[in-house]
Amino acid sequence: MSYAANLAVILPELILSLGAIALMLVAAWGGQSSTRALSWTSVVVIAGALIALAGPASSGAIAFEGAFRGDAFAGFAKVLIYVAAAVAIVMAPGFFERTTGDDLRPEYPVLILLSTAGASIMVSSTDLLTLYVGLELQSLASYVLASFMRRDQRSAEAGLKYFVLGALASGILLYGISLVYGFSGTTLFDGIAAAYAGPRTTGLLFGLVFVFAGLAFKLAAVPFHMWTPDVYEGAPTPVTALFASAQKVAATALGVRVAIEAMGPALYEWRQIVIFAALASIILGAVAAIGQTNVKRLLAYSSINNVGFALIGLAAGTPQGVASVLYYLAIYVAMTLGAFLVVLQMRGQDGQPVETIDSLAGLSRTRPGLALAMAVFMLSLAGIPPLLGFFAKLEVFNAAVEAGLYPLAVAGFVASVIGAYYYLRVIKVMYFDDPAPAYGCGTAFDDRVEGGLIAVAAVVVSPAGWLLLLPLGGWTLQAARSIF
Amino acid sequence: MGFPILSVMLAVPALAAVACLFLSAENARRLALAATLVDFALGILLWASFDVGGAQWQFVEYQPVFGRFAWALGIDGFALMLVMLSVFLMPICVGASWASVKQRVPEYMAAFLFTEVLMIGTFAAQDLYLFYIFFEAGLIPMYLIIGIWGGANRIYASYKFFLYTLVGSVVMFVAMLYMADQAGTTSIPRLMAYDFPPQVQTWLWLAFFASFAVKMPMWPVHTWLPDAHVQAPTAGSVILAGVLLKLGGYGFLRFSLPMFPQASAELTWLIFALSAVAVIYTSLVALVQSDMKKLIAYSSVAHMAIVTVGLFAFNRQGIEGAMIVMLSHGLVSGALFLCVGVIYDRLHTREIARYGGLSINMPKYAVFFLLFTMASIGLPGTSGFVGEFLSLMGAYQISTWYALLCTTGIILGAAYALYLYRRVAFGEIKSDEVRGMSDLSGREMWLLAPIAGVVLWMGVYPESFMAPMRADVGRLLARIEPASPISDSRPTAGRPATPAAHGGEHIASAGSAHP
Repeated sequence: MSYAANLAVILPELILSLGAIALMLVAAWGGQSSTRALSWTSVVVIAGALIALAGPASSGAIAFEGAFRGDAFAGFAKVLIYVAAAVAIVMAPGFFERTTGDDLRPEYPVLILLSTAGASIMVSSTDLLTLYVGLELQSLASYVLASFMRRDQRSAEAGLKYFVLGALASGILLYGISLVYGFSGTTLFDGIAAAYAGPRTTGLLFGLVFVFAGLAFKLAAVPFHMWTPDVYEGAPTPVTALFASAQKVAATALGVRVAIEAMGPALYEWRQIVIFAALASIILGAVAAIGQTNVKRLLAYSSINNVGFALIGLAAGTPQGVASVLYYLAIYVAMTLGAFLVVLQMRGQDGQPVETIDSLAGLSRTRPGLALAMAVFMLSLAGIPPLLGFFAKLEVFNAAVEAGLYPLAVAGFVASVIGAYYYLRVIKVMYFDDPAPAYGCGTAFDDRVEGGLIAVAAVVVSPAGWLLLLPLGGWTLQAARSIF
Repeated sequence: MGFPILSVMLAVPALAAVACLFLSAENARRLALAATLVDFALGILLWASFDVGGAQWQFVEYQPVFGRFAWALGIDGFALMLVMLSVFLMPICVGASWASVKQRVPEYMAAFLFTEVLMIGTFAAQDLYLFYIFFEAGLIPMYLIIGIWGGANRIYASYKFFLYTLVGSVVMFVAMLYMADQAGTTSIPRLMAYDFPPQVQTWLWLAFFASFAVKMPMWPVHTWLPDAHVQAPTAGSVILAGVLLKLGGYGFLRFSLPMFPQASAELTWLIFALSAVAVIYTSLVALVQSDMKKLIAYSSVAHMAIVTVGLFAFNRQGIEGAMIVMLSHGLVSGALFLCVGVIYDRLHTREIARYGGLSINMPKYAVFFLLFTMASIGLPGTSGFVGEFLSLMGAYQISTWYALLCTTGIILGAAYALYLYRRVAFGEIKSDEVRGMSDLSGREMWLLAPIAGVVLWMGVYPESFMAPMRADVGRLLARIEPASPISDSRPTAGRPATPAAHGGEHIASAGSAHP
């Protein structure tokens, strides 16, 4: 394979990284005043990467001697990641403008581009080293983003906490990788799969456990979830939205690829881990969310809860199961971005962000449209038909039932009722309670952009989104087949 | 494909609901009334063009545009009757809320119209998942109706309503996934003809039971109903008692019986036992209530138990009777809630003790209230009698004992209903407040009179309502009768009498009595 062909496969990543580097120079030159222009330029860069996906990058081509693969699976995950990253960039100017103390600095879009490039490499990696490089690139950018509001104590704490725990997780992952490499003699996924198909030594099993533990941290799956609420609460809201969407997609897709491509023959072994993590995440994510008073912490637990549901599809271990994970992620990204966009609208009369659930009281009277959109997102996250969140759950549970995992399906679905309780609480506060002081307004332009994005997300999640189900089903199945 | 009347019946209220959100209170009311009346007119058209004795599924629509599930609609006689019940009650509900709901009217009307969409959709769905979507989505508007426009303790009631019914349904949903996987289809008509292995049937039956028993509601999972009823606004109670409770019975009829006949037969004892307890227990509880709505709510539980007994009687009388009880209860309990609403609007209390002697100053009201009370008891000539008589007759053929126990419900029903009526309508007027209450207004007459008419129609000439269902009952029986449980009330062969002069004839007639 010629070098040019290799580069063609990684064209989206190239566009993102080169764009990030170029914009960094512009930022250094232009300074603070170039922020808005840079934001929109980086959205254009992401759009370019999105277009580049149509080429060899999602054709199933293998680049760099098997270390990187641009298949339909990676293509699907990248679309979600890019869209979520673009939204996270668009969300930011309005947020930082309203927040006193910290301005939006031009590094913000650049860091998001770098993080996106890392996530993009993660989902395409078919080699443990590529995997690690992508993961670290993505994580390092994220640590900085989490503490982007430098004068805010919670943000700094979030960044530090994320960094320390992230480093620990990377260590665990690296330890697993070294075990796998040591006992299989290769870092390529194909070779590792061959090793797992043969006699399974203790070393290989330990490697598997450690790799999954490291990935579970990135996924924020129980029992490696404890950083999530603090980081989600402390990080600036647009960054939290990025964590909850793009990062979640990247980590889940990576986990799926490692499980299926590298460790597929050890299905029985990792299925136990995945089932435990899935059920524990669903239950803990639901129970712990009940007592929350901060809406960002609530959404953090909701993301833990949702990862659990996505993992149910992985536990099936079939192409249908993997397709259902992608299906779930696609709908989850729409719901969660929508919810965070609504959180962005929550601010006092002085423009400062407000994060308590109580401040949502009576929103249906002060801002009926916003309340309706939030209600749609909450009910969809709870998986109540006819909203799209229900269909996401339908797919993953269907995959689990087809694979014969009946107890898992029943337990998971019953636990989803616990989750419904706290989503309902948000609706109760918005619709049943007496109005709290109304939220203030931002600048007209930012509000229009945010309002437009909320409307788009709400329409996608509403029954109008049913029309997307058929193409989505076909696309996810095609993507899933590409890694089997 | 002809005129997609079912889709239109779904689209009219759905579009009106969205439009309501953008209108003023007065216009929202008018639009909601217009939309529900249009749907009622479409319903009449539907009934008029329903080919009685024709194909099992009529007005079929099929559009496989949603991936895993299809937009598949179609109705049989059972569904037709329940759709008619829904579209008949909806304009009345809108009328009942005309003056009493003053806050956030556009949202209120939108919620009701959405409820109508979901109810019609549930009865008309021919795809398993589509059914579930309509079935479950009904929780959302009802949650909002109870929570926003309900009474003092509305938030507790709304949560209880939502979570209780959701828990039941999620288990059913996993069973649905399994069925679709096994049978390779999500089409309800095809699943109704699919034979699941008997041991699997039991599990599936139990999973569906979990959902329908809560929805029905059956004892001991009925406790959400009194709470929800008491807190809901009048029209919310009407729709809850009138139509939403019928979803459970419809579910048994559409899913449990035809899809799992063996399991249904095996577990008939469970249904009968729970129903018998429900009839006696909830009737006794109703007797001691001091809150009118709670009393009617408990009476609903007792009546729905008669429905389940009839459904699981595995014979024509039982099933037809159960359907008529469902229709009759939908009308009668709806009307009773309206009657409570009428006096609640005047005195703002549901305490029975605060009223008395209403027949003196509200004679028209007293007449209507008496009619519906009698229909609730099951007086011959009203719809209640036809249904209860048939159901219990059906049940008698399976189990004498349970039929006996359930029949006590009629006596107890008479006790609590007449006791209620006596306390509210008869006696002396207790206070000046009550004396100042005015008789039915023109609007209220318009709400109660149509229901009264239909109740009498169903009581005097039930054939109009049974005819569309007759063929479907026959098809259902053909499917379930082979599995029918053994009856304990068949005539047993006596010992032949000592041959006398005409002995031969005796033996011949005894032989033909039990084939």
